[in-house]
Amino acid sequence: MANKLLELLEPSAVKLGIEARDSTDVVRKLGNLLFDAGYVHDTFVQAALARESELPTGLPLGGDYNAAIPHTDVEHVIKPGLAMATLTKPVTFQNMVNPEEAVQVQLVILMALDKPKTQVEMLQEVAGVLQNAQVIERLMAASDFNAVQYAFGVT
Amino acid sequence: MAGPKRVLVSCGTAIATSTVVAKGIEEAMAERGIKVITRQCRAAEIRPLASDSDLIVTTTPVPEDLGVPVIQTLAFLTGIGKEEVLDQIEEILKD
Repeated sequence: MANKLLELLEPSAVKLGIEARDSTDVVRKLGNLLFDAGYVHDTFVQAALARESELPTGLPLGGDYNAAIPHTDVEHVIKPGLAMATLTKPVTFQNMVNPEEAVQVQLVILMALDKPKTQVEMLQEVAGVLQNAQVIERLMAASDFNAVQYAFGVT
Repeated sequence: MAGPKRVLVSCGTAIATSTVVAKGIEEAMAERGIKVITRQCRAAEIRPLASDSDLIVTTTPVPEDLGVPVIQTLAFLTGIGKEEVLDQIEEILKD
């Protein structure tokens, strides 16, 4: 199902059921994990935070859980990868299409993207996940990486 | 027969969300028999490109005075209201 997504999801950058103070905290945590795993330059976290404050990425999903997909410009990225966090308590992101509006987010997928064309499939899979309430439910309930793989339909 | 319609797809960085939106529009309009060419841009660079477009679809706020129809939507990411948005796009693009 979501093969390309799973291929790019860095297991060491998947944090399940964690607490974060705010959106900055979660972006920083995930960004540092991508840095440690060699996906991004040391400028990535600051760039992602700056981008988020100017062009936010909160996405209301219309169900129990909302998501955010922070990302930033390609020059901060070494190789494509994804980090993910599920939060026990929501943090506030601003709505992508309407930055005035706050969105209470519990699923954060931080994306390190280099060239868009090569990652279309993965991006479509991310969108597919966001559109599937059942997958979101399973991700939110996942307590280990295997459960995440299972939620994405790959074992 | 008229040439393909030009749809300018805008988002924050022109690398992630607009890619998904552009693909979504291309595939859905192909199914509906409408030929489209999409071009991605950052919201910040939208103004000079707007006048060459038949429609702008954006996931981030853009100015209101671009002189072409603008659809602001997250439907291609979240799926919420997607059919309605596709109907709206078809309505604007059909001859």
